[in-house]
Amino acid sequence: MSDDTLAILAIAGMAAATYFTRASGLWLARRFPLSPRVAAILEYVPGTVIVSLIAPTVLTRSPAEAIAAGVTVLVSIVTGSLPIAMTAGVAAVWLGRSVIGG
Amino acid sequence: MAEEVRFDLSGVRAGFVACLPITVSVFAYGFVFGLLTGQAGIDIAKAVMMSALVFAGSAQFVALDMWVSPLPVGALVLTTLIINLRHVLMGAALRPWFGSLSPGAAYGSMFFMTDENWALTMREFMRGGRNAGFLLGSGLAVFLAWVSATAAGAAAGGAIRDPAAYGLDFAFTAVFIALLVGLWRGRSDILPWLAAAAAAAAAAAFVPGKWYILIGSLAGTAIGAWQREPARDER
Repeated sequence: MSDDTLAILAIAGMAAATYFTRASGLWLARRFPLSPRVAAILEYVPGTVIVSLIAPTVLTRSPAEAIAAGVTVLVSIVTGSLPIAMTAGVAAVWLGRSVIGG
Repeated sequence: MAEEVRFDLSGVRAGFVACLPITVSVFAYGFVFGLLTGQAGIDIAKAVMMSALVFAGSAQFVALDMWVSPLPVGALVLTTLIINLRHVLMGAALRPWFGSLSPGAAYGSMFFMTDENWALTMREFMRGGRNAGFLLGSGLAVFLAWVSATAAGAAAGGAIRDPAAYGLDFAFTAVFIALLVGLWRGRSDILPWLAAAAAAAAAAAFVPGKWYILIGSLAGTAIGAWQREPARDER
């Protein structure tokens, strides 16, 4: 298959998977009540997915990435703004790399 | 429920207007996504198509990282499914208001459920709002910002040759860190998150491909389930 066909196939599959997750919660809740225990366990999913996504970059690259991650956390807590935190993180990693040469 | 739930244009309009301030950060996030699609080798038409059809920020960012030739279609779809599993819980929480609507209105609205406008809609309902059109209206505002930002970012991306030289490759990580700060619920997250980080970093070093995302989140969720068991609470 060509790269183009594969790309369209991937996008269509991702769209179907996402809509499935969006619709199935309401569908299930209209039929069966979710046990509080399962619901509480599933609440760990989003946070641990995102931690897993960024852990290799933050923990195993140069100190610039680790420091910039700390800066992003601080700015995010202080400002509560995603765009400002993102800008601060990018500026910090750029500065860190220029200084350390990472 | 004392008052009957409605679904009409006034609710859609109220949701759209209430969501406008949030669209600023959605636009910034979508712009970065668009910017990075060029680096991943996705053309602007497919970038916009992905944003309009998938319409799920974190899953789309992860897909960028997995976008290599030949495309791992199965892994992309499976990863998308796992990242979006939280939607199942969010959708279930809407049952008191969407349970009695017609299937068309209810399941049509679900396409437009994102983290941002779901939270806004839950707050509206908690405050006594009874118009379920709110979710659709606020979701449309997010949708328009997300898709137009993707197009703008993809168009601008061609102008930036080496994003790493400006630290822009870190934008993706920084966005997730900021989202993570918002997901923090307290001390019960410490152990699961540490376990996820350790497992993911170890898996990234030793397992090829993107399995570290799944391995890390399963490890963290397992620790979360373990510490929730009643015996643990007696410490």
